Amino acid sequence: MGLAKRIIPCLDVDAGRVVKGVQFVDIRDAGDPIEVARRYDEQGADEITFLDITASSNERDTIIHVVEAVAEQVFIPLTVGGGIRKLEDIRRLLNAGADKVAINTAAVFNPEFVGEASEHFGAQCIVVAIDAKQVSSEDEALRWEIFTHGGRKPTGIDAIEWGQKMVQLGAGEILLTSMDRDGTRNGFDLPLTRAMSDAVTVPVIASGGVGNLQHLVEGVTKGGADAVLAASIFHFGEYSVADAKTAMEAQGIEVRW
Amino acid sequence: MKTLAVIDYGMSNLHSVSRACEHVAGKNWKVQISSEADAVMAADKVVFPGQGAIGNCMHLLKTTGLDEGIRLSLESKPFFGICLGLQTLLTDSEESGGTAGFDYLAGTVRHFKRDLEDPNTGEHLKIPHMGWNQVRHNNHDHPLWQDIPDNSRFYFVHSYYASLENSEFVAATTPYPQGFTSAIAKDNVFAVQFHPEKSQHVGLKLLENFLDW
Repeated sequence: MGLAKRIIPCLDVDAGRVVKGVQFVDIRDAGDPIEVARRYDEQGADEITFLDITASSNERDTIIHVVEAVAEQVFIPLTVGGGIRKLEDIRRLLNAGADKVAINTAAVFNPEFVGEASEHFGAQCIVVAIDAKQVSSEDEALRWEIFTHGGRKPTGIDAIEWGQKMVQLGAGEILLTSMDRDGTRNGFDLPLTRAMSDAVTVPVIASGGVGNLQHLVEGVTKGGADAVLAASIFHFGEYSVADAKTAMEAQGIEVRW
Repeated sequence: MKTLAVIDYGMSNLHSVSRACEHVAGKNWKVQISSEADAVMAADKVVFPGQGAIGNCMHLLKTTGLDEGIRLSLESKPFFGICLGLQTLLTDSEESGGTAGFDYLAGTVRHFKRDLEDPNTGEHLKIPHMGWNQVRHNNHDHPLWQDIPDNSRFYFVHSYYASLENSEFVAATTPYPQGFTSAIAKDNVFAVQFHPEKSQHVGLKLLENFLDW
């Protein structure tokens, strides 16, 4: 017995509403983020992640209010990602009640920002989000690269080497999303998850592609993930977080009840 | 009205801590974020949350004079330490090139070894130790454990752990993979390595027990 594997529902928040796109189209409204977060907390979520995908700049503060309202009522770790570029962005989110922030694009364009953020606020609250896509062809050894702009722009950066570099700079955790799988419901990219988990010393959160509970199990047993993140399977009442824990525990994974 | 001081030395994210304390505090309590030694000394009870690097924490406590407030509180009133708020109570730490602590309890804060393995799965154990792990009570009748089942899971995030010279003051241990000290208790002082403010029901219960202590 020991450390439990974490189940993390993820809320994509656009201008104060939870939304979930299926392969980046067909954005469905999944409710009020405060209510949704409370529901997951009651179901036994181990953490909650908010990804702010608000595009318009005059709605930028909405996420701050969402975090404040959730932190008043939900006493589990809260992570917020999306649009974090300055130390001041991090400070505001932490003050609002976030426990960790996920830095994505800013890390790619300015890796030193991760070092600064970690030195300033501590590695425990700096998550680096890595969006990776397979770039190797079928007859080559597997290789993944970092993509930005929702998976549209390649950077030429090797995803695994990038993960190691981020940890050296001070990332306390890696949130690893397969852009090939995100929104497909075909399961995590397990070789990618396994390669990252074996390559870095810090915890890895597997993300992208969960369509059923067995996918969550495999993220841990085959991918070696320390935590599994999913959105749509929870949002529309298909499965509860407790269902996910029951399935994981039945296959020998330690969970928190 | 009684006052609960939450020590603010400028670096720790203590909003979560003060929010959780306010959530469980009854009408008789005023939860006050305190960055001055006088306010800490005047309070009825003290919560000391700490995050980040211990060298920086001790440095800031000294430059703000809060260290004196902590020292006096340790000797005189109910005191609850969280994370670095536990680690700083020891003699010293390996972190930040060696850092002297308050020496309230004899012992050293050590880094988890790099090559730890999960005995069941053989998987490499990650550092920081992050997530929900079990807390095994050592002294079951301590009032702060009231209504908290043995082996309840609390939320941890840390790379260093307290190694006490005298196991008499170990209030709980947690397996990673060997049992390390996850809570300490001595007289009016109770301190935990985990984050009760982020540990849902059991965490709030622990803070409530501290207020009732």
